[in-house]
Amino acid sequence: MQLVLEKRVERSTKIAILSPLLAIALTLVTMSILFAILGKNPVMALYVYFVEPLTDSFTLMEIAVKATPLVMIAVGLSLCYLANVWNIGAEGQFIMGAVCGSYLAVVTNGTDPGPWVLPAMLVMGAAGGALWAMIPALCKVRYGANEILTSLMLVYVADLIMDYLVRGPWRDPKGMNFPTTASFDPVATVPTLFETGRIHWGALAALIVVALATVMLGRTIKGFEIRVVGAAPRAARFAGFNSKKLVVFTFAVSGALAGLAGIIEVAGPVGVLQPGISPGYGFTAIIVAFLGRLNPVGILIAGLFLALTFIGGEGAQISMKIPLDLTKVFQGILLFYVLACDSLILYRIRLIASPKKAAHGTA
Amino acid sequence: MGLLEAIIISVIAASTPLLLAAAGELVVERSGVLNLGTEGMMIMGAACGFAGCWLTGSTFIGALCGIAAGCALSLVFAALTLGLAVNQVAAGLALTILGVGLSGLIGAGFVGEKITPAPHLYLPVLTGLPFIGKILFGQDGFVYFSVALVIGIWWFLYRTRAGLVLRAVGDSHTSAHALGYPVLKIRLLAVLFGGGCAGLGGAFLPLAYTPFFIPGMTAGRGWIALALVVFSSWMPGRLAAGAYLFGAVTIMQLHAQAFGLGIPSQLMTALPYLATVIVLVLISRARGSAGSVAPASLGIVFVPDR
Repeated sequence: MQLVLEKRVERSTKIAILSPLLAIALTLVTMSILFAILGKNPVMALYVYFVEPLTDSFTLMEIAVKATPLVMIAVGLSLCYLANVWNIGAEGQFIMGAVCGSYLAVVTNGTDPGPWVLPAMLVMGAAGGALWAMIPALCKVRYGANEILTSLMLVYVADLIMDYLVRGPWRDPKGMNFPTTASFDPVATVPTLFETGRIHWGALAALIVVALATVMLGRTIKGFEIRVVGAAPRAARFAGFNSKKLVVFTFAVSGALAGLAGIIEVAGPVGVLQPGISPGYGFTAIIVAFLGRLNPVGILIAGLFLALTFIGGEGAQISMKIPLDLTKVFQGILLFYVLACDSLILYRIRLIASPKKAAHGTA
Repeated sequence: MGLLEAIIISVIAASTPLLLAAAGELVVERSGVLNLGTEGMMIMGAACGFAGCWLTGSTFIGALCGIAAGCALSLVFAALTLGLAVNQVAAGLALTILGVGLSGLIGAGFVGEKITPAPHLYLPVLTGLPFIGKILFGQDGFVYFSVALVIGIWWFLYRTRAGLVLRAVGDSHTSAHALGYPVLKIRLLAVLFGGGCAGLGGAFLPLAYTPFFIPGMTAGRGWIALALVVFSSWMPGRLAAGAYLFGAVTIMQLHAQAFGLGIPSQLMTALPYLATVIVLVLISRARGSAGSVAPASLGIVFVPDR
């Protein structure tokens, strides 16, 4: 008896919709086992993780706050992955966006410069992220250097640049030697949407990004080009699509979106530039992109779901003393199941009597 | 002990985890599989290796625990990429995310604990020799093993029939399959071997390099190991040279900080990462005209048609 994969004649649409749900269900089962191993009541833990945050208007808004950067970054990454371009350095682009945008907030601090500051910060944030993403993109198209490794290495470099700035030139003189810039002025801060809660205009920006990406992928030549280059590189060459230009384009867009997410995060919920502005958004966004099936609307849903795990994880740490690292474990397991279930869209798993016999039977 | 001697000894220590992990990954990639989960397997090796040593008091058992942890994670990777034909890049990333999370969970209870570091070899006369004594005859077991491992891999790949088959599988899985070689089984063994090596490389850090465990202590070494494999053109000899070169960059950075040359410490810390980017660019550029030397089937999913 042996399990073998058999290519489906057509992609199974039924499984394409079911697969993320199946992956989530399998993850929840695995998590229950993990909770039990940790000596926690699985039912209670799952409730604290996934239900309790939904029962309170404050935590609901916090979910939207956390989902904002995740969705923005993941939409950009999905364009890369659709085109078979492997940008995994979004975390670094996020940080460089935050750094470049914060520059204006730091130099204008306390001078009451006027309302132009915030829009200029956002532009500089997006530009900073895009420029940082240009390094691996150009290394790839000019010299053929593997973009997975270069983009990832630059995450560490970006983190160290930020660390240098907030400990050195940009440190708040009144900050008691803490590595942080001075709090941004109100004109340099993304306003909140409502009187209470931290939900801010960035959440709307994320929705606009989702809408624009949906239109671009479904209705424009560029979107078509991205999908063709990724799915059938040979066909794309015959069609005259330039895959090198597309590498630069997808890196630039995803870098700009990650950078924008970075400056919005810093100028919004955080309010200062300091180490630890990201609990790994750039890496979690990779999971969001795949869980959302590289589709903008799917990414919106997946982003909200993973934001829920961040908030639920914090809640579980406080109320049940469950280690925060479990959230990362959860995210890793989820990505595994998503990938495994996606395989079922293309393949059928078959149980056969013996590989030799089957080979004669079907040949 | 002279300064140069001390520097060489510290370079060897800094290079060993890179060499161990990269040597394993070289075999994996030679079989045509790209496992980007090295960082995750290394950090799991570090956490489990430390746990094993702390519980038993034995470096050897700690090292075995590290190997086992690396193998276990790589088995998950193999199940997905070989069993379910999942994209290897995505599965490798998932492995790293999972490994980092799990290691934090396992290691949380051990933060702040200390163990006795791995013993160093001591031979009555030889270790006492001036200059070369400590370098050649005063290292810990990991260092000797890593050197033996690279020589063993070279011998296996170029001097044995099994090594030839493994390279054939990596260069053309369809041809190897047509000749009747069990492609997936060979790749499974290669992936497990790579996982064990990465786990051991990770275990080296808390068992021999620093006698305690810090979450995230691999600090990107797994990714540097991956870059080293590209740097080496998939050849064991060049891999060793590259690993020691990177170890030297790491140590240079520490010494420059100690001398306080007025350079921001962050810039020095960033050196190994920047060096990786620059080396990748130089290597790729030099190869531009000669064509790629990567195993031809590297990273391509194989589903046997029956």
